Amino acid sequence: MHVTTVVIGAGHAGLAASHFLRAASIDHVVLERGEVANSWRHERWDSLRLLTPNWLNRLPGASYEGPDPDGYADMAEVVDFLERSAKDVPVRTGVAVTSVRRSDGGYSLTTSQGPIEARTVIIASGACNVASVPGLAAAVPSSVEQVTPFDYRTPSRLPDGGVLVVGASATGVQLAAEIQRSGRPVVLSAGEHVRMPRVYEGRDVLWWMHHSGIWSQRYDEVDDLTRARRLPSPQLAGASTLDLNVLTSLGVELVGRLSAIRDGAALFSGGLRNVAALADLKMNRLLDTFDEWAGTAPGERFQPTRVPDSSRWRLDLTSGEIRSIVWATGFRPDYSWLDVPVVDAKGSLVHDGGVVGDGLYALGLPVLRRRRSTFICGIEDDAREVVDQLRLDLAG
Amino acid sequence: MTNGVNVQALLDAREVLKGAPEAAQFTWRASSKWQHGVHSTTKIEKFFGLGQEQTHKHESVFEADHPAIFAAEDNGITPIEYLLVGLASCLTAGIASVAQNRGIKLNSVEASVEGGHDIRGILGADADVRNGFNDIKVTFSIDADASPADIEALVAQSQKRSAVFDALTNPTNVTVEVA
Repeated sequence: MHVTTVVIGAGHAGLAASHFLRAASIDHVVLERGEVANSWRHERWDSLRLLTPNWLNRLPGASYEGPDPDGYADMAEVVDFLERSAKDVPVRTGVAVTSVRRSDGGYSLTTSQGPIEARTVIIASGACNVASVPGLAAAVPSSVEQVTPFDYRTPSRLPDGGVLVVGASATGVQLAAEIQRSGRPVVLSAGEHVRMPRVYEGRDVLWWMHHSGIWSQRYDEVDDLTRARRLPSPQLAGASTLDLNVLTSLGVELVGRLSAIRDGAALFSGGLRNVAALADLKMNRLLDTFDEWAGTAPGERFQPTRVPDSSRWRLDLTSGEIRSIVWATGFRPDYSWLDVPVVDAKGSLVHDGGVVGDGLYALGLPVLRRRRSTFICGIEDDAREVVDQLRLDLAG
Repeated sequence: MTNGVNVQALLDAREVLKGAPEAAQFTWRASSKWQHGVHSTTKIEKFFGLGQEQTHKHESVFEADHPAIFAAEDNGITPIEYLLVGLASCLTAGIASVAQNRGIKLNSVEASVEGGHDIRGILGADADVRNGFNDIKVTFSIDADASPADIEALVAQSQKRSAVFDALTNPTNVTVEVA
Protein backbone atom coordinates (compact mmCIF):
# COMPACT_ATOMS: atom_id res chain seq x y z
CA MET A 1 0.00 0.00 0.00
CA HIS A 2 1.20 3.51 -0.87
CA VAL A 3 -0.18 6.64 0.74
CA THR A 4 0.98 10.24 1.01
CA THR A 5 0.64 10.48 4.79
CA VAL A 6 0.33 7.90 7.52
CA VAL A 7 -0.92 9.11 10.89
CA ILE A 8 0.01 6.78 13.74
CA GLY A 9 -2.64 6.76 16.45
CA ALA A 10 -6.37 7.54 16.51
CA GLY A 11 -6.51 9.53 19.69
CA HIS A 12 -7.35 13.22 19.82
CA ALA A 13 -4.11 14.14 18.03
CA GLY A 14 -4.40 11.67 15.17
CA LEU A 15 -8.05 12.52 14.57
CA ALA A 16 -7.24 16.24 14.52
CA ALA A 17 -4.41 15.64 12.05
CA SER A 18 -6.78 13.75 9.75
CA HIS A 19 -9.27 16.61 9.83
CA PHE A 20 -6.71 19.05 8.44
CA LEU A 21 -5.18 16.53 6.02
CA ARG A 22 -8.62 16.00 4.54
CA ALA A 23 -9.16 19.76 4.32
CA ALA A 24 -5.88 19.97 2.39
CA SER A 25 -6.90 17.04 0.16
CA ILE A 26 -3.88 15.00 1.24
CA ASP A 27 -4.58 11.29 0.93
CA HIS A 28 -3.86 9.59 4.21
CA VAL A 29 -4.69 6.78 6.57
CA VAL A 30 -4.85 6.76 10.38
CA LEU A 31 -3.42 3.56 11.84
CA GLU A 32 -4.67 2.54 15.28
CA ARG A 33 -3.30 -0.45 17.21
CA GLY A 34 -6.64 -0.85 19.07
CA GLU A 35 -9.79 1.17 18.57
CA VAL A 36 -10.47 4.90 18.36
CA ALA A 37 -9.52 6.54 21.71
CA ASN A 38 -7.84 3.32 22.77
CA SER A 39 -5.84 4.71 25.70
CA TRP A 40 -8.86 6.58 27.05
CA ARG A 41 -10.85 3.33 26.95
CA HIS A 42 -8.32 0.89 28.31
CA GLU A 43 -5.47 2.63 30.11
CA ARG A 44 -7.20 4.86 32.65
CA TRP A 45 -8.43 4.33 36.19
CA ASP A 46 -12.18 4.21 36.83
CA SER A 47 -12.68 7.57 38.55
CA LEU A 48 -10.56 9.63 36.17
CA ARG A 49 -12.06 12.80 34.77
CA LEU A 50 -10.48 15.37 32.47
CA LEU A 51 -8.78 18.29 34.22
CA THR A 52 -10.38 20.70 31.74
CA PRO A 53 -14.02 21.76 32.10
CA ASN A 54 -16.30 20.57 29.30
CA TRP A 55 -16.68 23.99 27.67
CA LEU A 56 -12.92 24.01 27.02
CA ASN A 57 -12.89 20.66 25.28
CA ARG A 58 -12.97 21.04 21.56
CA LEU A 59 -11.60 19.12 18.63
CA PRO A 60 -11.81 19.95 14.97
CA GLY A 61 -15.36 19.01 14.06
CA ALA A 62 -16.55 18.51 17.62
CA SER A 63 -17.23 20.81 20.53
CA TYR A 64 -19.10 20.19 23.77
CA GLU A 65 -22.87 20.24 23.27
CA GLY A 66 -24.04 18.55 26.47
CA PRO A 67 -26.01 19.99 29.38
CA ASP A 68 -23.08 20.58 31.76
CA PRO A 69 -20.47 22.90 30.23
CA ASP A 70 -18.85 23.44 33.64
CA GLY A 71 -18.55 19.71 34.38
CA TYR A 72 -15.52 17.47 33.90
CA ALA A 73 -15.84 14.58 31.48
CA ASP A 74 -15.41 11.01 32.63
CA MET A 75 -13.73 8.53 30.32
CA ALA A 76 -16.94 7.31 28.68
CA GLU A 77 -17.74 10.92 27.76
CA VAL A 78 -14.22 11.46 26.43
CA VAL A 79 -14.53 8.36 24.25
CA ASP A 80 -17.92 9.58 22.92
CA PHE A 81 -16.40 12.95 22.18
CA LEU A 82 -13.47 11.46 20.26
CA GLU A 83 -15.77 9.13 18.36
CA ARG A 84 -17.86 12.11 17.23
CA SER A 85 -14.75 13.79 15.85
CA ALA A 86 -13.73 10.49 14.16
CA LYS A 87 -16.59 10.64 11.66
CA ASP A 88 -15.20 10.69 8.11
CA VAL A 89 -11.68 9.86 9.38
CA PRO A 90 -10.03 6.99 7.45
CA VAL A 91 -9.07 4.99 10.53
CA ARG A 92 -7.82 1.45 10.24
CA THR A 93 -8.24 -0.07 13.66
CA GLY A 94 -6.39 -3.10 14.96
CA VAL A 95 -3.24 -2.16 13.05
CA ALA A 96 -0.12 -2.06 15.19
CA VAL A 97 2.90 -0.30 13.74
CA THR A 98 6.00 -2.30 14.61
CA SER A 99 8.59 -0.39 12.60
CA VAL A 100 9.05 2.91 10.79
CA ARG A 101 12.23 3.42 8.80
CA ARG A 102 13.50 5.78 6.12
CA SER A 103 13.03 4.73 2.51
CA ASP A 104 13.87 6.33 -0.83
CA GLY A 105 10.45 7.86 -1.18
CA GLY A 106 9.85 8.65 2.48
CA TYR A 107 9.09 5.98 5.06
CA SER A 108 8.52 2.22 5.11
CA LEU A 109 6.17 1.01 7.81
CA THR A 110 5.88 -2.52 9.05
CA THR A 111 2.51 -3.21 10.60
CA SER A 112 0.57 -6.16 11.97
CA GLN A 113 -1.46 -5.97 8.73
CA GLY A 114 1.42 -5.76 6.29
CA PRO A 115 3.80 -3.12 4.91
CA ILE A 116 2.87 0.45 4.03
CA GLU A 117 4.91 3.03 2.09
CA ALA A 118 4.34 6.68 2.90
CA ARG A 119 5.90 9.96 1.84
CA THR A 120 5.26 11.50 5.25
CA VAL A 121 4.40 10.24 8.73
CA ILE A 122 2.68 12.02 11.61
CA ILE A 123 3.43 10.46 15.00
CA ALA A 124 0.28 10.86 17.10
CA SER A 125 0.78 7.85 19.33
CA GLY A 126 0.57 9.77 22.59
CA ALA A 127 2.79 11.10 25.34
CA CYS A 128 1.80 8.61 28.02
CA ASN A 129 2.40 5.11 26.65
CA VAL A 130 4.60 3.80 29.45
CA ALA A 131 4.66 4.42 33.17
CA SER A 132 8.00 5.94 34.21
CA VAL A 133 8.90 3.84 37.22
CA PRO A 134 12.24 4.68 38.84
CA GLY A 135 14.93 2.02 38.87
CA LEU A 136 14.89 1.85 42.64
CA ALA A 137 11.56 0.00 42.38
CA ALA A 138 13.65 -3.13 41.85
CA ALA A 139 14.73 -2.96 45.50
CA VAL A 140 11.17 -3.01 46.88
CA PRO A 141 10.63 -6.16 49.00
CA SER A 142 8.50 -8.76 47.23
CA SER A 143 5.94 -8.68 50.06
CA VAL A 144 4.85 -5.24 48.84
CA GLU A 145 2.60 -5.16 45.74
CA GLN A 146 3.59 -2.57 43.15
CA VAL A 147 1.17 -0.98 40.68
CA THR A 148 1.43 1.72 38.05
CA PRO A 149 -1.49 3.91 36.95
CA PHE A 150 -1.88 1.50 34.01
CA ASP A 151 -2.59 -1.41 36.39
CA TYR A 152 -4.64 0.61 38.83
CA ARG A 153 -8.40 0.78 38.43
CA THR A 154 -9.97 1.34 41.84
CA PRO A 155 -8.81 1.24 45.50
CA SER A 156 -10.65 -2.00 46.28
CA ARG A 157 -8.29 -3.91 44.00
CA LEU A 158 -5.33 -2.94 46.20
CA PRO A 159 -4.45 -5.09 49.19
CA ASP A 160 -5.91 -3.94 52.50
CA GLY A 161 -3.48 -1.94 54.58
CA GLY A 162 -1.16 0.98 54.04
CA VAL A 163 -0.32 2.36 50.60
CA LEU A 164 2.71 4.39 49.60
CA VAL A 165 1.81 6.66 46.69
CA VAL A 166 4.95 7.99 45.02
CA GLY A 167 4.42 11.24 43.13
CA ALA A 168 2.20 14.26 43.77
CA SER A 169 1.18 15.42 40.32
CA ALA A 170 -2.44 15.11 39.15
CA THR A 171 -2.25 11.30 39.13
CA GLY A 172 -0.64 10.97 42.55
CA VAL A 173 -2.96 13.35 44.38
CA GLN A 174 -6.07 11.87 42.77
CA LEU A 175 -5.14 8.30 43.63
CA ALA A 176 -3.92 9.24 47.12
CA ALA A 177 -7.29 10.85 47.88
CA GLU A 178 -9.46 7.96 46.76
CA ILE A 179 -7.22 5.32 48.31
CA GLN A 180 -7.23 7.17 51.65
CA ARG A 181 -11.04 7.46 51.45
CA SER A 182 -11.24 3.69 50.90
CA GLY A 183 -9.82 3.14 54.38
CA ARG A 184 -6.26 2.38 53.32
CA PRO A 185 -3.89 4.76 55.09
CA VAL A 186 -1.80 6.61 52.50
CA VAL A 187 1.73 7.92 52.75
CA LEU A 188 2.31 10.35 49.86
CA SER A 189 5.85 10.97 48.68
CA ALA A 190 6.00 14.43 47.12
CA GLY A 191 8.81 15.89 45.05
CA GLU A 192 8.46 19.07 43.01
CA HIS A 193 4.85 19.63 42.09
CA VAL A 194 2.50 22.18 40.56
CA ARG A 195 -0.14 23.53 42.95
CA MET A 196 -3.30 25.21 41.63
CA PRO A 197 -6.65 26.06 43.15
CA ARG A 198 -9.55 24.61 41.16
CA VAL A 199 -11.35 27.95 41.28
CA TYR A 200 -9.89 31.46 41.50
CA GLU A 201 -12.17 34.46 41.96
CA GLY A 202 -15.21 32.47 40.87
CA ARG A 203 -13.66 31.08 37.68
CA ASP A 204 -12.05 27.74 36.94
CA VAL A 205 -8.29 28.13 37.09
CA LEU A 206 -8.12 26.82 33.51
CA TRP A 207 -10.53 29.57 32.45
CA TRP A 208 -7.80 31.94 33.63
CA MET A 209 -5.06 30.00 31.82
CA HIS A 210 -7.15 30.08 28.64
CA HIS A 211 -8.32 33.67 28.67
CA SER A 212 -5.26 35.35 30.15
CA GLY A 213 -3.21 34.10 27.22
CA ILE A 214 -0.81 32.02 29.33
CA TRP A 215 -1.87 28.90 27.49
CA SER A 216 -1.29 30.64 24.16
CA GLN A 217 2.38 31.22 24.92
CA ARG A 218 4.32 29.70 22.04
CA TYR A 219 6.98 27.03 22.50
CA ASP A 220 9.62 29.34 21.05
CA GLU A 221 8.72 32.06 23.58
CA VAL A 222 8.98 29.83 26.66
CA ASP A 223 12.08 30.57 28.78
CA ASP A 224 13.09 26.98 29.45
CA LEU A 225 11.32 24.75 26.96
CA THR A 226 12.90 21.51 28.20
CA ARG A 227 11.61 22.26 31.67
CA ALA A 228 8.17 23.34 30.42
CA ARG A 229 7.82 20.07 28.51
CA ARG A 230 8.76 18.05 31.58
CA LEU A 231 6.52 19.97 33.99
CA PRO A 232 4.38 17.65 36.11
CA SER A 233 0.63 17.92 35.58
CA PRO A 234 -1.06 20.31 38.04
CA GLN A 235 -2.64 19.09 41.25
CA LEU A 236 -6.20 19.20 39.93
CA ALA A 237 -9.07 16.73 39.94
CA GLY A 238 -12.57 17.27 38.59
CA ALA A 239 -14.67 19.69 40.50
CA SER A 240 -12.68 20.63 43.60
CA THR A 241 -9.23 21.69 44.74
CA LEU A 242 -6.98 18.76 45.55
CA ASP A 243 -3.75 20.16 46.92
CA LEU A 244 -1.53 18.76 49.66
CA ASN A 245 -3.52 20.62 52.34
CA VAL A 246 -6.70 18.84 51.25
CA LEU A 247 -4.89 15.52 51.39
CA THR A 248 -3.50 16.29 54.84
CA SER A 249 -7.05 17.05 56.01
CA LEU A 250 -8.14 13.66 54.66
CA GLY A 251 -5.46 12.03 56.82
CA VAL A 252 -2.81 11.41 54.15
CA GLU A 253 0.72 11.53 55.57
CA LEU A 254 3.18 13.62 53.54
CA VAL A 255 6.80 12.63 53.13
CA GLY A 256 9.59 13.95 50.91
CA ARG A 257 10.70 12.74 47.51
CA LEU A 258 11.61 9.06 47.46
CA SER A 259 15.38 9.02 47.14
CA ALA A 260 16.44 5.45 47.85
CA ILE A 261 15.33 2.03 49.01
CA ARG A 262 17.93 0.54 51.27
CA ASP A 263 17.76 -2.61 53.40
CA GLY A 264 14.02 -2.89 52.81
CA ALA A 265 13.32 0.69 53.87
CA ALA A 266 12.18 3.60 51.72
CA LEU A 267 14.26 6.71 52.37
CA PHE A 268 12.72 10.09 51.64
CA SER A 269 14.31 13.47 51.08
CA GLY A 270 14.35 15.89 54.01
CA GLY A 271 13.52 18.66 51.54
CA LEU A 272 9.72 18.39 51.59
CA ARG A 273 9.33 21.84 53.09
CA ASN A 274 11.18 23.42 50.20
CA VAL A 275 9.27 21.69 47.39
CA ALA A 276 6.07 22.82 49.11
CA ALA A 277 7.43 26.37 49.40
CA LEU A 278 8.41 26.38 45.73
CA ALA A 279 4.93 25.23 44.70
CA ASP A 280 3.26 27.87 46.89
CA LEU A 281 5.47 30.62 45.49
CA LYS A 282 4.80 29.55 41.90
CA MET A 283 1.07 29.33 42.50
CA ASN A 284 1.04 32.84 43.97
CA ARG A 285 3.06 34.14 41.03
CA LEU A 286 0.52 32.59 38.67
CA LEU A 287 -2.35 34.26 40.56
CA ASP A 288 -0.46 37.57 40.39
CA THR A 289 -0.25 37.11 36.62
CA PHE A 290 -4.01 36.58 36.47
CA ASP A 291 -4.59 39.76 38.51
CA GLU A 292 -2.29 41.77 36.27
CA TRP A 293 -4.03 40.51 33.17
CA ALA A 294 -7.47 41.26 34.64
CA GLY A 295 -6.29 44.63 35.91
CA THR A 296 -7.87 43.96 39.28
CA ALA A 297 -6.70 44.06 42.87
CA PRO A 298 -5.15 40.85 44.16
CA GLY A 299 -7.80 38.21 44.84
CA GLU A 300 -7.88 35.38 47.32
CA ARG A 301 -4.54 33.96 48.43
CA PHE A 302 -4.54 30.40 49.66
CA GLN A 303 -3.05 28.99 52.85
CA PRO A 304 0.58 27.95 52.49
CA THR A 305 1.07 24.21 52.25
CA ARG A 306 1.11 22.70 55.73
CA VAL A 307 4.14 20.48 56.09
CA PRO A 308 4.59 18.29 59.16
CA ASP A 309 7.16 19.67 61.63
CA SER A 310 9.13 16.52 61.16
CA SER A 311 8.08 14.36 58.24
CA ARG A 312 9.30 10.77 58.24
CA TRP A 313 12.34 10.18 56.10
CA ARG A 314 12.43 6.42 56.61
CA LEU A 315 9.63 3.92 56.08
CA ASP A 316 10.23 0.25 56.76
CA LEU A 317 8.68 -1.68 53.86
CA THR A 318 9.04 -5.03 55.63
CA SER A 319 7.02 -4.19 58.75
CA GLY A 320 3.61 -4.76 57.13
CA GLU A 321 2.62 -1.10 57.50
CA ILE A 322 2.82 -0.62 53.73
CA ARG A 323 1.17 -3.35 51.66
CA SER A 324 1.34 -1.72 48.24
CA ILE A 325 3.10 1.03 46.32
CA VAL A 326 1.47 3.09 43.58
CA TRP A 327 4.04 4.57 41.20
CA ALA A 328 2.51 7.90 40.16
CA THR A 329 5.89 8.95 38.84
CA GLY A 330 4.86 10.05 35.40
CA PHE A 331 4.58 8.65 31.93
CA ARG A 332 6.67 8.64 28.81
CA PRO A 333 6.04 7.93 25.16
CA ASP A 334 7.09 4.63 23.60
CA TYR A 335 9.21 5.02 20.47
CA SER A 336 10.59 1.49 20.43
CA TRP A 337 9.04 0.98 16.97
CA LEU A 338 10.62 4.13 15.52
CA ASP A 339 13.75 3.06 13.64
CA VAL A 340 14.76 6.61 12.77
CA PRO A 341 17.43 8.36 14.88
CA VAL A 342 15.23 11.19 16.12
CA VAL A 343 14.96 10.28 19.82
CA ASP A 344 17.46 11.81 22.26
CA ALA A 345 19.34 10.05 25.07
CA LYS A 346 16.50 10.79 27.49
CA GLY A 347 13.90 9.18 25.22
CA SER A 348 12.32 12.41 23.97
CA LEU A 349 11.52 13.00 20.34
CA VAL A 350 13.66 15.80 18.91
CA HIS A 351 11.32 18.18 17.11
CA ASP A 352 10.73 21.86 16.43
CA GLY A 353 7.09 22.57 17.12
CA GLY A 354 6.09 19.12 15.91
CA VAL A 355 8.33 19.17 12.85
CA VAL A 356 10.93 16.41 13.18
CA GLY A 357 12.28 16.83 9.64
CA ASP A 358 12.46 14.81 6.43
CA GLY A 359 8.72 14.30 6.27
CA LEU A 360 8.31 13.20 9.87
CA TYR A 361 5.98 15.11 12.21
CA ALA A 362 4.54 14.78 15.70
CA LEU A 363 1.37 15.90 17.44
CA GLY A 364 -0.08 15.50 20.93
CA LEU A 365 3.07 16.08 22.99
CA PRO A 366 3.35 18.51 25.94
CA VAL A 367 4.00 22.15 24.93
CA LEU A 368 4.41 21.00 21.33
CA ARG A 369 3.70 24.45 19.89
CA ARG A 370 2.19 26.30 22.85
CA ARG A 371 1.43 25.68 26.51
CA ARG A 372 -2.12 24.63 25.60
CA SER A 373 -0.73 21.72 23.56
CA THR A 374 -0.63 19.55 26.64
CA PHE A 375 -4.43 19.49 26.77
CA ILE A 376 -7.10 18.21 24.38
CA CYS A 377 -8.19 21.76 23.59
CA GLY A 378 -4.67 22.54 22.37
CA ILE A 379 -4.65 20.09 19.50
CA GLU A 380 -6.67 22.05 16.96
CA ASP A 381 -4.21 24.90 16.41
CA ASP A 382 -1.23 22.54 16.59
CA ALA A 383 -2.67 20.14 14.05
CA ARG A 384 -3.57 22.96 11.67
CA GLU A 385 -0.06 24.40 11.80
CA VAL A 386 1.79 21.08 11.59
CA VAL A 387 -0.33 19.90 8.66
CA ASP A 388 0.20 23.30 6.98
CA GLN A 389 3.94 22.71 7.25
CA LEU A 390 3.54 19.16 5.95
CA ARG A 391 1.60 20.48 2.96
CA LEU A 392 4.34 23.04 2.21
CA ASP A 393 7.04 20.36 2.56
CA LEU A 394 5.19 18.11 0.09
CA ALA A 395 4.90 20.98 -2.36
CA GLY A 396 8.52 22.06 -1.84
CA MET B 1 23.48 45.91 39.51
CA THR B 2 25.96 43.38 40.77
CA ASN B 3 26.34 41.00 43.65
CA GLY B 4 29.74 40.02 42.32
CA VAL B 5 28.61 36.70 40.85
CA ASN B 6 29.62 36.02 37.27
CA VAL B 7 26.28 34.54 36.29
CA GLN B 8 27.08 34.65 32.59
CA ALA B 9 29.98 32.27 33.15
CA LEU B 10 27.66 29.89 35.01
CA LEU B 11 25.02 30.06 32.28
CA ASP B 12 27.67 29.50 29.62
CA ALA B 13 29.02 26.52 31.56
CA ARG B 14 25.53 25.07 31.78
CA GLU B 15 25.13 25.23 28.02
CA VAL B 16 28.57 23.73 27.34
CA LEU B 17 28.20 20.92 29.87
CA LYS B 18 24.77 19.95 28.56
CA GLY B 19 26.59 18.50 25.59
CA ALA B 20 29.69 17.35 27.50
CA PRO B 21 28.61 15.38 30.55
CA GLU B 22 32.07 13.87 31.02
CA ALA B 23 33.59 17.31 31.62
CA ALA B 24 30.98 17.87 34.33
CA GLN B 25 32.34 15.02 36.46
CA PHE B 26 34.16 16.56 39.42
CA THR B 27 35.97 14.90 42.33
CA TRP B 28 36.42 16.99 45.46
CA ARG B 29 39.20 15.85 47.76
CA ALA B 30 40.30 16.32 51.34
CA SER B 31 43.14 14.69 53.24
CA SER B 32 43.22 14.49 56.99
CA LYS B 33 45.77 13.60 59.62
CA TRP B 34 45.20 12.61 63.23
CA GLN B 35 46.97 14.89 65.67
CA HIS B 36 46.25 13.88 69.24
CA GLY B 37 43.17 12.91 71.19
CA VAL B 38 40.16 13.64 68.98
CA HIS B 39 41.97 16.49 67.23
CA SER B 40 42.64 16.10 63.52
CA THR B 41 43.75 18.44 60.74
CA THR B 42 42.24 18.32 57.27
CA LYS B 43 43.80 20.02 54.27
CA ILE B 44 42.16 20.79 50.97
CA GLU B 45 43.99 22.03 47.91
CA LYS B 46 43.43 19.95 44.79
CA PHE B 47 40.36 18.69 43.00
CA PHE B 48 39.50 17.21 39.64
CA GLY B 49 37.11 18.78 37.16
CA LEU B 50 36.60 19.82 33.52
CA GLY B 51 38.64 16.79 32.58
CA GLN B 52 41.81 17.66 34.47
CA GLU B 53 43.48 18.23 37.82
CA GLN B 54 42.71 21.61 39.35
CA THR B 55 44.27 23.49 42.27
CA HIS B 56 42.76 26.05 44.62
CA LYS B 57 44.58 29.36 44.81
CA HIS B 58 45.61 28.43 48.38
CA GLU B 59 45.61 25.32 50.45
CA SER B 60 42.98 25.51 53.25
CA VAL B 61 43.53 23.91 56.64
CA PHE B 62 40.71 22.88 58.98
CA GLU B 63 41.15 21.86 62.58
CA ALA B 64 38.54 19.58 64.11
CA ASP B 65 38.29 18.62 67.73
CA HIS B 66 35.69 18.32 70.43
CA PRO B 67 34.85 20.99 73.04
CA ALA B 68 36.06 20.98 76.61
CA ILE B 69 32.74 19.67 77.90
CA PHE B 70 33.54 16.50 75.96
CA ALA B 71 36.80 16.36 77.89
CA ALA B 72 38.73 17.36 74.77
CA GLU B 73 41.10 20.24 73.98
CA ASP B 74 38.85 22.19 71.61
CA ASN B 75 41.49 22.86 68.96
CA GLY B 76 38.75 23.39 66.42
CA ILE B 77 35.04 22.95 65.73
CA THR B 78 33.44 19.52 65.96
CA PRO B 79 33.19 17.57 62.70
CA ILE B 80 29.41 17.82 62.59
CA GLU B 81 29.64 21.61 62.81
CA TYR B 82 31.50 21.52 59.49
CA LEU B 83 28.22 20.38 57.95
CA LEU B 84 26.65 23.63 59.15
CA VAL B 85 29.51 25.57 57.55
CA GLY B 86 28.87 23.75 54.29
CA LEU B 87 25.12 24.24 54.35
CA ALA B 88 25.19 27.94 55.26
CA SER B 89 27.85 28.79 52.70
CA CYS B 90 26.23 26.75 49.95
CA LEU B 91 22.78 28.28 50.42
CA THR B 92 24.29 31.76 50.68
CA ALA B 93 26.22 31.26 47.44
CA GLY B 94 23.01 30.08 45.82
CA ILE B 95 21.09 33.13 46.99
CA ALA B 96 23.75 35.47 45.60
CA SER B 97 23.81 33.66 42.25
CA VAL B 98 20.05 33.44 41.85
CA ALA B 99 19.67 37.09 42.89
CA GLN B 100 22.26 38.12 40.32
CA ASN B 101 20.49 36.14 37.64
CA ARG B 102 17.16 37.73 38.57
CA GLY B 103 18.57 41.24 38.74
CA ILE B 104 18.09 41.58 42.50
CA LYS B 105 20.65 43.69 44.36
CA LEU B 106 21.57 42.22 47.74
CA ASN B 107 22.51 44.58 50.53
CA SER B 108 23.11 41.95 53.18
CA VAL B 109 22.53 38.23 53.63
CA GLU B 110 22.94 36.67 57.03
CA ALA B 111 22.05 33.18 58.14
CA SER B 112 21.89 31.43 61.46
CA VAL B 113 22.00 27.68 61.32
CA GLU B 114 21.00 25.31 64.09
CA GLY B 115 21.41 21.57 64.02
CA GLY B 116 19.52 19.57 66.65
CA HIS B 117 21.63 16.66 67.83
CA ASP B 118 20.89 14.00 70.44
CA ILE B 119 24.36 12.86 71.44
CA ARG B 120 23.09 9.68 73.08
CA GLY B 121 23.41 8.22 69.58
CA ILE B 122 27.16 8.69 69.18
CA LEU B 123 27.72 7.70 72.82
CA GLY B 124 25.84 4.45 72.26
CA ALA B 125 23.58 5.32 75.16
CA ASP B 126 20.34 4.57 73.29
CA ALA B 127 20.19 2.33 70.23
CA ASP B 128 17.04 4.10 69.00
CA VAL B 129 18.77 7.46 68.71
CA ARG B 130 20.55 8.25 65.45
CA ASN B 131 24.12 9.51 65.33
CA GLY B 132 23.54 12.51 63.10
CA PHE B 133 21.38 15.60 63.27
CA ASN B 134 17.69 15.12 64.04
CA ASP B 135 16.86 18.32 62.22
CA ILE B 136 18.52 21.43 60.91
CA LYS B 137 17.04 24.91 60.84
CA VAL B 138 18.41 27.73 58.73
CA THR B 139 17.10 31.26 59.22
CA PHE B 140 18.05 33.89 56.67
CA SER B 141 17.90 37.64 57.21
CA ILE B 142 18.12 39.29 53.83
CA ASP B 143 18.15 42.96 52.94
CA ALA B 144 17.64 43.33 49.21
CA ASP B 145 15.91 45.57 46.70
CA ALA B 146 13.08 43.09 46.22
CA SER B 147 9.64 42.17 47.55
CA PRO B 148 9.29 39.68 50.41
CA ALA B 149 7.87 37.14 47.93
CA ASP B 150 10.89 37.57 45.64
CA ILE B 151 13.22 37.07 48.61
CA GLU B 152 11.33 33.91 49.62
CA ALA B 153 11.74 32.71 46.06
CA LEU B 154 15.50 33.32 46.16
CA VAL B 155 15.81 31.21 49.28
CA ALA B 156 13.63 28.45 47.85
CA GLN B 157 15.53 28.35 44.56
CA SER B 158 18.88 28.30 46.35
CA GLN B 159 17.78 25.12 48.18
CA LYS B 160 16.64 23.59 44.93
CA ARG B 161 20.10 24.03 43.41
CA SER B 162 22.22 23.43 46.51
CA ALA B 163 24.77 20.61 46.57
CA VAL B 164 25.00 20.55 50.36
CA PHE B 165 21.23 20.78 50.89
CA ASP B 166 20.88 17.75 48.63
CA ALA B 167 23.72 15.89 50.33
CA LEU B 168 22.14 16.45 53.74
CA THR B 169 18.52 15.75 52.82
CA ASN B 170 19.12 12.66 50.66
CA PRO B 171 21.07 9.49 51.34
CA THR B 172 24.47 9.05 49.69
CA ASN B 173 26.49 5.89 49.25
CA VAL B 174 29.62 6.14 51.37
CA THR B 175 32.49 3.66 51.13
CA VAL B 176 35.18 3.68 53.82
CA GLU B 177 38.19 1.44 53.30
CA VAL B 178 41.57 0.79 54.79
CA ALA B 179 44.29 1.42 52.20
